[in-house]
Amino acid sequence: MGDSWIAREISLSPRIVFPNKILPYLLVAPQLAITLVFFYWPAGQALYQSMLRQDPFGLRTRFVWFANFRKVLADPAYLNSIHVTVVFSLATAIVAMGVALLLAVMVEKAVRGKGLYRTLLIWPYAVAPAIAGMLWLFLFNPSIGSLAYLLRSLGIAWDPLLNGTHAMILLVSAAAWKQISYNFLFFVAGLQAVPKTLIEAAAMDGAGETKRFWTIVFPLLAPTTFFLLVVNTVYALFDTFGIVHAVTGGGPGKTTETLVYKVYNDGFVNLILGDSAAQSVILMAIVIALTAIQFRYVERKVHYG
Amino acid sequence: MIGQSPLRTFIAHAVLILGILIVAFPIYYTFVASTHTLQTILRPPLPLLPGGQLWNNYSEALFGGIGRIGGVSVGQLLLNTTVMALGLAVGKIFISILSAYAIVFFRFPLRMTFFWLIFITLMLPVEVRILPTYKVMVDLGMIDTYAGLIIPLIASATATLLFRQFFMTIPGELVEAARVDGAGPWRFFFDILLPLSRTNIAALFVILFIYGWTQYLWPLLVTNSNDMNTIVIALRKMVSFADADTEWHLVMVTAMLAIVPPILVVVLMQRWFVRGLVESEK
Repeated sequence: MGDSWIAREISLSPRIVFPNKILPYLLVAPQLAITLVFFYWPAGQALYQSMLRQDPFGLRTRFVWFANFRKVLADPAYLNSIHVTVVFSLATAIVAMGVALLLAVMVEKAVRGKGLYRTLLIWPYAVAPAIAGMLWLFLFNPSIGSLAYLLRSLGIAWDPLLNGTHAMILLVSAAAWKQISYNFLFFVAGLQAVPKTLIEAAAMDGAGETKRFWTIVFPLLAPTTFFLLVVNTVYALFDTFGIVHAVTGGGPGKTTETLVYKVYNDGFVNLILGDSAAQSVILMAIVIALTAIQFRYVERKVHYG
Repeated sequence: MIGQSPLRTFIAHAVLILGILIVAFPIYYTFVASTHTLQTILRPPLPLLPGGQLWNNYSEALFGGIGRIGGVSVGQLLLNTTVMALGLAVGKIFISILSAYAIVFFRFPLRMTFFWLIFITLMLPVEVRILPTYKVMVDLGMIDTYAGLIIPLIASATATLLFRQFFMTIPGELVEAARVDGAGPWRFFFDILLPLSRTNIAALFVILFIYGWTQYLWPLLVTNSNDMNTIVIALRKMVSFADADTEWHLVMVTAMLAIVPPILVVVLMQRWFVRGLVESEK
């Protein structure tokens, strides 16, 4: 957390407030109670369990310090899952942001119909990720999918149920499709904040449209782009559990087993508690890092106005 | 304003229309599939235009069809999902507006500690504490209850941070004037703060309703009985791409029922939705 944020907090402290002693505690009580019972207690349990190991019959439990972490991080299946997650998250973020940026730039250019275009582009936000996955699988599954039929008639041996690469392409398409709306709205807001005078000045100096975009607009969009990169990564890491669960179940083989899917699978299906808890803690570290990055960005935005 | 050649405007519109086709196609095609017979769906490619089975499929699905293949009536599914989405939106707004009010308008020991305790939950999404949270649910007897579906999800920091941010823009003079006029904290809250927060509440409501409606991992964990399923989970259970017996025409009607309500909320409340999304930025 940056200094200016805390400074702001302090500078606002002497504001006029109500003098009650008990009431504020009652007001925060509901949220605090739920937070402690459903967030801190389980998170603490995850930390504790990540250092325990049960014997195969579940009779005895030993404290093993970081052995579970060493085991998990040396496990080829886990390393594979990290690789899958990185590929999936990057591909999803790049596709979703690329398409959204293109559409946002085009909406800025379209003189008429901006509102209508926006209305027609924001629907997928309301579709649950799991359903997005099922709809795409309906279109692309080898037995009854119409678009799979189209691909086959073009001579492509398309089979996401057996081919890992095809399964990954399908997951990325569904995940990115759902996220386009969100990115689109942020890019539109970002583009509207670019000063028109700057663009006009460049135009008078003879810069063509493409050049204006890459030398002026795109750099000024950097904060938005960076913010979206973090949000999209978090989305791809966590919110897409439903897509993986509904579409591939981590298969074929383990070619689409993401980190969150593996935590779920090891914990609930395979019942390897220590490993699952260690994986949870690793995920927690990833979220903390991403949140810290995100707030550094917020700091910067505050700084530059 | 810089002049723009008609050709470039034309290209912009062409790209946008292509984009809309891609974005809308999966949803449109689901609708098309929901108006054809099972036989037509099973023999790809499916026609691009709706078929004549709209009435038959929807009445079959609504009056018993979904209950037959899903093990629970469609009314129950929609009720469960609505209760979850509404409960989550209302509950989250309720507890976070109260705690933000306390943190901004009162000074008391541990104030900042509480604020940080709430803030840090941003970093603890349910996905990273799946198993222990599930165990808490079992211990508290909250499996297969509405409370279990809703309460653990309503305590996240986003809404509290949004309200806090908004409350801090309210001038101190307003509080002072209220106190001079003899208004206590409750009076101030109901007569001044709540009306001022109306747009923020509306914006947050839309986002949270969608969030609740589209949940997947949580309802999957805390519901065992079919009667407590949300429509998204029920749909997942109906679909089997390996199984030849899947009654796709009914599944597609269910899919429409699962995606149309939140889409309507987003489109009809677009103004608040866009505002809430871009301003709260998580």
